[in-house]
Amino acid sequence: MQGQMTAPSIPGARPRLSLEASDGQARRRKIVNGIMTTLIGAAALLGVSILGIILGYIIVKGAPALNLDFFTKAPPALGEAGGGVAPAIRGSLLIVGLASLVGIPVGLGAGIYLAEFGRGRFADTVRFIADLMTGLPSIAIGAVAWALLVKRGIGTYNAIAGSVALAIIMIPIITRTTEEILKLVPNNLREASLALGTPRWKTIVSVVLPVARSGILTGVILSVARVSGETAPLLLTVLGNSFASNNLRGPMAALPLEIYQYATKSPFADSFTKAWGASLVLIIIIGLLSLSVRLAARLGGPQARR
Amino acid sequence: MSTSERRGRETATIETAQTGIADGRGMAPASASPAEMAQAAQEKAQVREVIEQKAGGGVSLVAEGVNAWYGSTHAIKDVSMTFRANEVTALIGPSGCGKSTFLRCLNRMHEVLAGARVEGKILIDGQDIYGKGVDSVRVRRHIGMVFQKPNPFPMMSIYDNVIAGLKLNGIRKRKSEMDETVEHSLRGAALWNEVKDKLKESGASLSGGQQQRLCIARTIAVEPEVVLMDEPCSALDPISTYKIEELIGELKQKYTIAIVTHNMQQASRVADWTSFMLAGDAGYGQLVEYGRTEQIFTQPQDKRTEDYITGRFG
Amino acid sequence: MAVQTARRAEKLPGGRVNLAGRGSALGDRAFQGIAFAFAASILVLIVTIFVVLFVDARVALAQEGLRFITGQVWNPNESIFGALPYIYGTIFTSLIGLLIATPIAVGASLYIVEYAPNWLRAPISFIVELLAVIPSVIYGFWGLAVLAPFLRDRVERPLKAALGDVPVLNALVEGPARGRDMFVAGVILSIMILPTIMSVAREVISTVPGTQREGMLALGATKWEMIKGAVLPYARGGIVGAAILGLGRAIGETMAVTMLIGNSSTKISWSLLTPGYTMASAIANQFADANSAVHFSAIIGVAVVLLFVTGAVNLVARLIVSRFGGDTRATGI
Repeated sequence: MQGQMTAPSIPGARPRLSLEASDGQARRRKIVNGIMTTLIGAAALLGVSILGIILGYIIVKGAPALNLDFFTKAPPALGEAGGGVAPAIRGSLLIVGLASLVGIPVGLGAGIYLAEFGRGRFADTVRFIADLMTGLPSIAIGAVAWALLVKRGIGTYNAIAGSVALAIIMIPIITRTTEEILKLVPNNLREASLALGTPRWKTIVSVVLPVARSGILTGVILSVARVSGETAPLLLTVLGNSFASNNLRGPMAALPLEIYQYATKSPFADSFTKAWGASLVLIIIIGLLSLSVRLAARLGGPQARR
Repeated sequence: MSTSERRGRETATIETAQTGIADGRGMAPASASPAEMAQAAQEKAQVREVIEQKAGGGVSLVAEGVNAWYGSTHAIKDVSMTFRANEVTALIGPSGCGKSTFLRCLNRMHEVLAGARVEGKILIDGQDIYGKGVDSVRVRRHIGMVFQKPNPFPMMSIYDNVIAGLKLNGIRKRKSEMDETVEHSLRGAALWNEVKDKLKESGASLSGGQQQRLCIARTIAVEPEVVLMDEPCSALDPISTYKIEELIGELKQKYTIAIVTHNMQQASRVADWTSFMLAGDAGYGQLVEYGRTEQIFTQPQDKRTEDYITGRFG
Repeated sequence: MAVQTARRAEKLPGGRVNLAGRGSALGDRAFQGIAFAFAASILVLIVTIFVVLFVDARVALAQEGLRFITGQVWNPNESIFGALPYIYGTIFTSLIGLLIATPIAVGASLYIVEYAPNWLRAPISFIVELLAVIPSVIYGFWGLAVLAPFLRDRVERPLKAALGDVPVLNALVEGPARGRDMFVAGVILSIMILPTIMSVAREVISTVPGTQREGMLALGATKWEMIKGAVLPYARGGIVGAAILGLGRAIGETMAVTMLIGNSSTKISWSLLTPGYTMASAIANQFADANSAVHFSAIIGVAVVLLFVTGAVNLVARLIVSRFGGDTRATGI
């Protein structure tokens, strides 16, 4: 056996091949490889564990603050224990709801336009601007709403200005995801419907949109989740309010603002507990919204890219 | 089928193998100007010069009972064969017969795919490359590989592509020695004349055939004992294919070569030994027949080999 | 429903086929008109944003001229508005964030693409990308409650002790370690931009052809040498784009930075311990006090500068990433 395998042409001339990483240089390469593999693994572990650490703190510290009062009562006088964040939850729902009322239809309409009719310079410009707008800092958009509707317009901090700012943040996100999803709908579906003599608009409404339903829903919900946590634009417009208020033309409480106030403006120990509690509530709301996206994804149809 | 019947078909078989299955590849350039012919002759002389410096440098490679899996899929079963030193062995067979998988087992490239697994022995110079304490990185340094699609590193210059393997192995040479190695390897791959004036350009700037020869230069620069080639011409035009086939004929004096090919004409042109693999109904590929190339193509011992080379399936 | 519509238009009383189809054409035109109006509203929005910002910033920009971005003094009481310290703070904290986040993001991407078993890939990506879902204000609060004290005691003080007497390097740790400074803000930014960089880097790295990896391995490379020699060079352009995209996010980030950066010094200093401002934190801190017309205008001016910087950075990032085969939309949320 052995003889058959040695090199035939120059017997004995060749040193035996070394297949082991035995010399110093090979060992060094192995060690470098080991170190870099460890570092790469550590980076992944770090990325994953940061989320665990942050969520862990919020859950462990926030859970004790949660009780029925926390969801149903208004905050007490500063420094006093008890009470809840009911006005803030309601304020957030109102402000985000109002923003959705404006932002969703506009975003959907623009997305449909880009996907179904969007050829040429105009559409390219809209696409480019929408892309650019998704990258704009939310505080700059807040500053615009502040200048337009707080400093001018209504003349005081108000919920409407906050909703407008959030709607401006939502619109480009919904526009781009809607367009992407609609482009995934196979063209032969459109052609089949048009070939039956169905008008274009009816084809879009009754054939294209239903197919893309779950994907579009995903995009919409993700944008709502995103603006639910927005704080900077609300700070400049809605400002916050310790009292329950339904007046859209005045300052209003909102969950993110409540966290900010408790975390920075109040010196009492109980404030931190309340901030943890409010953080947990906000995370749960955003988590539920994101979870419903996963469920929507199960409904099938083309999906938004994560 | 009786032996006499098979013999009777011999002539027809050869004809089919040469023309019937021909797909246009591997043809020599039909017309060449005198200048081109002179250049080709010069190139050949260069290759030969390089080769002669290490004639008989290959060692034989012996596979014993090799099995390979992708996850739970048994891809090849109990393949045993020898790749003789300084000879070319071709692996032929229809798509999915496991010939490429087997080739990748020979320098432990199979296992880099997720879930891939190998069992059995592959001996080089008497040592099992799957043995205890063996470093797969070391194995690949001794058993080089050229891939189906030319894969030069696009972010490196032609020069850096050639010395990429040397750099890895920490072989530090003076600039002049490096230059020498680059020229030597490029001459060995019959590419020097075409690229000597643009060594600093990206490896991706070359044509497909040149890229493949650059990959060959890169492979031989580290002076391996065995060179594995996985359908090295399948992405190339006929002229480039011709050049590489010629090159293989020269390289075998220095290296042991195993080549997977779809093209039976190519196997008959370049290989000293040919093995035919086939995936049966069970799904895994097995070695059907192994022998001298002339014997496989003229007197196949197995009915399935004969069916394949006469173009009856695959 | 669709079929009915078609039938109705089939024949006219005279037996001629109706090709005019007025009813459906009208519906189409109306539908397209409405969709067009919505699309156009995006352009109206961006124009409005720019007009409002420029009109309102005019007073301060007219007063200060170029000094608005080169002046180092910002004093509303004496009506002097030089935003350079804010611009500096933005760049300084963003670069700290980028410097920390990029290696971690690239490392995590490499782990996901090159090392992780199949079943682990999606979960790791998903978990890291969830970091993008946490609101900025929660990062800020967590930073205040947990990260700032930790960094102050475990990083800043030891660092100050180690570098305090070293020439040149001691400039990095000038001033007391309070845990409300550029460094802490930079660290929180690094966490916040990690998912942005990672998702693009991962996508770019996974577009590196397998043949490149195999080519390197077949030359006798170790796995790390394969990554260093074949994967990273190939993905380099896209990774740079990913980092710049992360930079764009960091520059515009407001709440977490505002809560952690200190907001008390407009000194331009190399010190990691400077309790400075960023453009965004300056806006968030001062808008409530903007009682004079010039101060208000100056704050809007800062927003204009911020808008231009982020716009430019994002544009560059998108160009780079799209040229190197990644997908910026992957970072949407």
